[in-house]
Amino acid sequence: MYWNREIETAGRNEIEKLQLDRLNRAIEGASKTSYYGKIFRENGVNASGIKSIKELSLLPFTTKNDLRLSYPDGMVAVARGEIVRMHASSGTTGKPTVIFYTARDISEWADLVARCMTATGTTRDDVFQNMMSYGLFTGGLGLHYGAERLGAMVIPSATGNSLRQIQLIQDFRTSVIHITPSYSLHLVEVIEQNGINPCDLGIKKAYLGAEPYSEETRTKIENQWGLDAYNSYGLSEMNGPGVAFECENKDGMHVWEDFYIPEIINPDTGETLPDGEEGELVLTHINREAMPIIRYRTRDLTRIIPEPCGCGRTHRRIERIKGRTDDMLIVGGVNVFPSQIESVLMKFPEVGNNYQIVLDRQNNLDRINIKVELYSKMFHGELKELKALNQRLVEELRALIVVNPRIELLEPGSLPPSTGKAVRVIDNRKI
Amino acid sequence: MPQQVSVFAENKPGKIDRITAILEKNDINIRAITISDSGDYGIIKLLLDKPSEGCDALNADGIASTLKDIVAVKIQDRPGGLHSASSILASHGINVEDAYGFTIRESNEAVFVFQVENIQKTERILRDEGFPVLSDKELYLI
Repeated sequence: MYWNREIETAGRNEIEKLQLDRLNRAIEGASKTSYYGKIFRENGVNASGIKSIKELSLLPFTTKNDLRLSYPDGMVAVARGEIVRMHASSGTTGKPTVIFYTARDISEWADLVARCMTATGTTRDDVFQNMMSYGLFTGGLGLHYGAERLGAMVIPSATGNSLRQIQLIQDFRTSVIHITPSYSLHLVEVIEQNGINPCDLGIKKAYLGAEPYSEETRTKIENQWGLDAYNSYGLSEMNGPGVAFECENKDGMHVWEDFYIPEIINPDTGETLPDGEEGELVLTHINREAMPIIRYRTRDLTRIIPEPCGCGRTHRRIERIKGRTDDMLIVGGVNVFPSQIESVLMKFPEVGNNYQIVLDRQNNLDRINIKVELYSKMFHGELKELKALNQRLVEELRALIVVNPRIELLEPGSLPPSTGKAVRVIDNRKI
Repeated sequence: MPQQVSVFAENKPGKIDRITAILEKNDINIRAITISDSGDYGIIKLLLDKPSEGCDALNADGIASTLKDIVAVKIQDRPGGLHSASSILASHGINVEDAYGFTIRESNEAVFVFQVENIQKTERILRDEGFPVLSDKELYLI
């Protein structure tokens, strides 16, 4: 079942012709931005000067740090009046990464997500319960708009409140869910505690996303609910969800090549690797007016599967993400960088320089514990002062990393010293 | 003005053992000890015969410690003994933040030790009402 048969099954030549055309248009748009304007001048890049997709590798990379440095609008290619929405994800050192969309961009994105959902067999007759957070995060609204475009009925239930989620599933006969793997595992427990067999609820499909998980976890989730679970891949820099999606064959995720040009590079040298080899995924967004992004380094490790897929789609697939080339953590679906946590801790003279981030999973929900040492010279002997310190640390961290941390105040000297290669992050979660 | 030593302590076994060993090694006597606990950690308050030396010894060993000013008032060791002092504090609107007490061996007296916001004012009020407020030397030598 196709959403747009012509595009989804287009021949390689046809796809590359469209890509070249759109790439040149993206470069033209990008050259109007203050960020790319300068970079292109320095590198001698001309709009519509690219004659072949292979020449893409001559263009400079764009990193998350470049996005941060051009905050808030250094990469915007259209007039302010054209922009209808923004999304943001957390940055490495405080400033978020902001993405802008025109009305056309939102519409194209919705169409792409409708294509993804159709590829898994979802139709307008389905009831889609979107258990992802709405807001600045792209996951919730991205699938919401796609499902509406498809014509399915959307239940925008968002995250949490498990008993209400169950009630909605039962009363409106939800058939498709969008959920993080960890919340799915938790929700199944709550359903079973209420004496219900999750398989009796009649849910047919789940889209799993926003955090890494293993193939074993997917199989477990499928067995628990008696459904088919599909991997999805997306990142806010490339719109959000919908960049790559599994079809009914569940064997790798199709990257929609009329929207994105995928490359795999050696993360150390930046050299482009041939299809089939594992490396860092680099994506160029060639179908977004408000904010074209050229050769974005995702930091995600995967490989391109060049072989054709049994579903008939010609868009190449990528394997499930193997890991990251940086130290980004994903906690309850939210991206967290240790450097963000460090930047908050270092503002507090009451805590020492040593800290440790311990991640674990309780009742299938991610917990983040931050261990800090009390700095002796700032200790004034009052319990209420320590409690207030704890509270201020929690509030400042929550404001920056969104996730609610637990602070453990330790005696000085309890943690490994910061010199050398101290282990700052201990991840006890099993994924 | 008398002082006590406040120690930051994680809530884990062996904590008091470590503190008392350091104090013993430095020949420092403990007159009274209280622990206020807040789950993961707490504060141990020590009334020592040599508080300044005790505090230094603990800090030197990596234990976060600090000196806190306190009021120590001598009261009668009999029913109503503490009440006679506390009613004066109450009538002057003085809020006792943290307190403990101990009796003096072979006497019918006791000592009430507490933290307040305005120590000098509190000491003056108690003295004016005839209560023996202890100086640092008097307290440490009990």
